[in-house]
Amino acid sequence: MNIHEYQAKALCEKFGVPVPKGAAATSVADFPTALAQLPEGPTMVKSQIHAGGRGKGTFTNGFKGGVKFCKTKAEAREMASAMLGNTLVTVQTGPAGRKVQTVYFTVANDIKKEYYLAILLDRRTSRPVIIASTEGGVEIEKVAKETPEKIFKVFIDPAYGLADYQVRELVFGLGFNPAEAKNASKLIRSLYAMYWATDAAMVEINPLVTTPTGEVLALDAKVSFDDNSLFRHPEILSLRDLNEEDPKEIEASKHELNYIALDGSIACLVNGAGLAMATMDIVKHFGGNPANFLDVGGGASKEQVVAAFKIILGDKNVKGILVNIFGGIMDCDVIANGIVEAAKEVGLSLPLVVRLEGNNSVAGKATLSKSGLAITTGDSMADAAQKIVKLVA
Amino acid sequence: MAILVTPQTKIIIQGITGDFGGRHAGLSLDYGTQVVAGVTPGKGGKFFEYKDQKVPVFNSVAEAKKATGATVSAIFVPPPYAADAILECVDAGLDLVVAITEGIPIKDMVRVKRAMQGKPTRVIGPNCPGVVTPGAGKDSTGGCRIGIAPGYIHKKGHVGVVSRSGTLTYEAVYQLTTRGIGQTTSVGIGGDPVNGSSHLDIIKMFNEDRDTRGIIMIGEIGGTAEVEAARWIKENCKKPVAGFIAGATAPAGRRMGHAGAIIGGAEDTAAAKIAVLKECGIEVAATPSDMADALIRAAKAKKVKLS
Repeated sequence: MNIHEYQAKALCEKFGVPVPKGAAATSVADFPTALAQLPEGPTMVKSQIHAGGRGKGTFTNGFKGGVKFCKTKAEAREMASAMLGNTLVTVQTGPAGRKVQTVYFTVANDIKKEYYLAILLDRRTSRPVIIASTEGGVEIEKVAKETPEKIFKVFIDPAYGLADYQVRELVFGLGFNPAEAKNASKLIRSLYAMYWATDAAMVEINPLVTTPTGEVLALDAKVSFDDNSLFRHPEILSLRDLNEEDPKEIEASKHELNYIALDGSIACLVNGAGLAMATMDIVKHFGGNPANFLDVGGGASKEQVVAAFKIILGDKNVKGILVNIFGGIMDCDVIANGIVEAAKEVGLSLPLVVRLEGNNSVAGKATLSKSGLAITTGDSMADAAQKIVKLVA
Repeated sequence: MAILVTPQTKIIIQGITGDFGGRHAGLSLDYGTQVVAGVTPGKGGKFFEYKDQKVPVFNSVAEAKKATGATVSAIFVPPPYAADAILECVDAGLDLVVAITEGIPIKDMVRVKRAMQGKPTRVIGPNCPGVVTPGAGKDSTGGCRIGIAPGYIHKKGHVGVVSRSGTLTYEAVYQLTTRGIGQTTSVGIGGDPVNGSSHLDIIKMFNEDRDTRGIIMIGEIGGTAEVEAARWIKENCKKPVAGFIAGATAPAGRRMGHAGAIIGGAEDTAAAKIAVLKECGIEVAATPSDMADALIRAAKAKKVKLS
């Protein structure tokens, strides 16, 4: 789960990670109250969407820049009015962009130097890793490729936690002066405490900055959480912004379906995540384009299939449906009946190809062909994928 | 022989009194697996009854092990308690823990993995279909089935299958069986970013297992486990290996069902992994329908008889 920058910074403050003073607003009427919390002077205005590249983004009405530096609060108010309620397109949002429903005002601090700091799971060692670099404000992947010597990594033993010597290693590596080093050490420890306590998947501070007076601040903050851990963090779950999620994906999660919208025309309904990914791949292999990833889980009950069909049909790009079920334990005939009933219930008129394999699959295939519906059966994944690609062409 | 488990292996099921654990305990008993004990704290002294069989339930893994001589446990307990259940097995000194539970917090697994360092217990999973060593009976009964995989799609034989995904494992096994090719053991290592055993851990075992003549490795986007396994195979494994990587069409940055299936950088895309697999001499299946045939091609090239 992702959260907005203003929420991430509030969390940072709670854990003692210094951030520039800021205030968020969700309506033009709220702007004066929000701005009143900041001192007069240079102010940043930042569009709050769950996507990067905001500064270089363009609004669909032509206004350029989702992040603006303003010399005065009055100017900030003007810029915020231009952003709020409009749709921002960045390299990460896709062409549809995201509607800005919150703007965040912060003090524009004087910056001495920009750094990079992140904490995430290193899968190879199964340990948290802190990644820091003297090159802030740019893409870390680029730094890693071109100047790997400017990146410092410490791997944390989960049994002991972040050790002082590791903090020193980072602070010396980044070349802070003594006053900065003291502040940076405290910030790194606080940020790690936050990462660990909140079950974060990733915490990224880009840039981390020093100011001429020796302060060290998180100028931006991007935080995401491990979905598996949300059950024990109601305070984090309350930060979820449904406006940032695809309504079809929200509906799917209510039925315990795993759905991710894509931009093709062949909808896929599959049991199991690996098989669902593989089904998308085979559709593409035979010249089609998958409209979604949809995993109905190991089971695939009638209720789930009905819900899945409704979600799939909510996508106007869909021209055909491919159902791929490997009914290992479940009776394929039960699944076949579920598919037939679901197709009738939603009045399905698009081409439907079903590949059913596993337990009692012969009876299942017979049920499909006797249903009176225009259901095509496929014998293997390849056969089914080729059939649906042909039907929508 | 097989790897990890044999038809003689004695199994504990943690969470046997729950719907999920109980259903699969029954299916394993049908398969002929030695399910000798259940563990549900607070229900010790009761029995899990299935058809004409009675399996004793214990309060702890240590008690179950002492009373029955079991060496392996399958974990079906809900996510908030699963990490604790795994550690209990490690403390009791079991040989193998197969964690079926989906949705265990990643931090819990990070801590479990650290706590297991230097301990002899091996963990498979979590979020996995389990392990099957097929038997010689009808529909491969008489084998050892731990977890949730359908037993009947297997056939006793000489191919090792290792995969992160459940249904994709079944797909591969089924393709082999319908072509008359049996399996030594099929292992689902699970779809989470932190798991007990990697592709490489299992492939090393298949490589050493005399009965295993060929290997199918099924991977997906996210992480670098398949790449590490492929590089090791290139240097150390003479047996024919076929591979498949799911997620060529997955968008970057989205979690595709499995917590571990997320593209983080250029190196964990399907295309990058497939390129390394090919470089390392692994026969890559063009589509998921081609997994068994890819292994047949690889075996033919190395003049190895798979059945």
